[in-house]
Amino acid sequence: MQMRNDTERYGPVAILLHWLVALTVFGLFGLGLWMTGLTYYDPWYRQGPALHKSIGVLLFLVMVARLAWRVYSPPPPALPSHSLLERAAAHTVHLWIYLILFALMLSGYLISTADGRAIEVFGLFSIPATVTSIPQQEDFAGAIHWYLALFLMALVLLHVAGALKHHFIDRDRTLKRMLGR
Amino acid sequence: MKKTIIPLLLLILGAAAPLHAADYVIDTKGAHAFIQFRISHLGYSWLYGRFNDFDGKFSYDEKNPAAAKVEVNIRTASIDSNHAERDKHLRGKDFLDVGKFPGAKFISTAYEDKGNGKGMLKGNLTLHGVTKPVSIDVEHIGAGADPWGGQRRGFFGTTRLVLKDYGIDYDLGPASREVYLDLSVEGIKM
Repeated sequence: MQMRNDTERYGPVAILLHWLVALTVFGLFGLGLWMTGLTYYDPWYRQGPALHKSIGVLLFLVMVARLAWRVYSPPPPALPSHSLLERAAAHTVHLWIYLILFALMLSGYLISTADGRAIEVFGLFSIPATVTSIPQQEDFAGAIHWYLALFLMALVLLHVAGALKHHFIDRDRTLKRMLGR
Repeated sequence: MKKTIIPLLLLILGAAAPLHAADYVIDTKGAHAFIQFRISHLGYSWLYGRFNDFDGKFSYDEKNPAAAKVEVNIRTASIDSNHAERDKHLRGKDFLDVGKFPGAKFISTAYEDKGNGKGMLKGNLTLHGVTKPVSIDVEHIGAGADPWGGQRRGFFGTTRLVLKDYGIDYDLGPASREVYLDLSVEGIKM
């Protein structure tokens, strides 16, 4: 079985990474929304954020791997039926999703490490603090984290709308390609 | 003759001048003043924190302590409990809501001297947009010259606030509804 992408199809590695990231991002968004509303005596009051941070760090590692894989094995070009505008729009949204994802993870890191504490990842290893001297760093990074999360969800919405448009209106292989066909 | 008259005149003038309270600026620049708070954690221990950014002044006359006056302004965003994530929560809407209520202040209304350096300072505390009267147990710690040419005076005060009175009702548990303030204040004579 060929792991790499070719000029027609996505390989299994790119597909797996895509859906893994998609699932994780939705999960982290939901978890983040939910956990910030928990009351002090909720059993998840401490576990929720710990899970959110641990998964966030792992997502970062996955995203780095995904970028590396993308360089090693570039995605197939857009279908010939796609217009220039469609290609530009899709490309722009993809680029922004990558950018915002990294900025989002960075801002989350800056919240939890603002006082020099490290981020524990499932108790297995920890990511040390580096930048700790931005004034009111936890509030600043926290606000950015929230707005970037909303922005990312808006981008995801565009991304999904595009995929569904290709699938149901244009009836082309765009979405199917990300499912391995 | 002339040489002795001038100091004598000055002495008479000085003695005749009306006694008035000395004004002190609270030494936040040199950080010889602390607004500490403590609140029970689950009923098992004391959690300490403080406000790092505030300023204030007081006037005090040893001969007439009852005329003492105090005014303190606190920037609520400067809350520091030595844990960034907790501080972020404390600054948020569940607690201080510092975006909406960036300042807290205390203005004294009366001072009751109980002798022996002890007293009760009464005043109005504005916190979280709510102004309530508070009474602070005060102890005069000491006063005198500092080694750098100034005059200093210091007090220690404690009081207790019910958070709900100030519209802060996030549930931290039955043991954590009150917060104690420990106020250590040193003023430099102006």
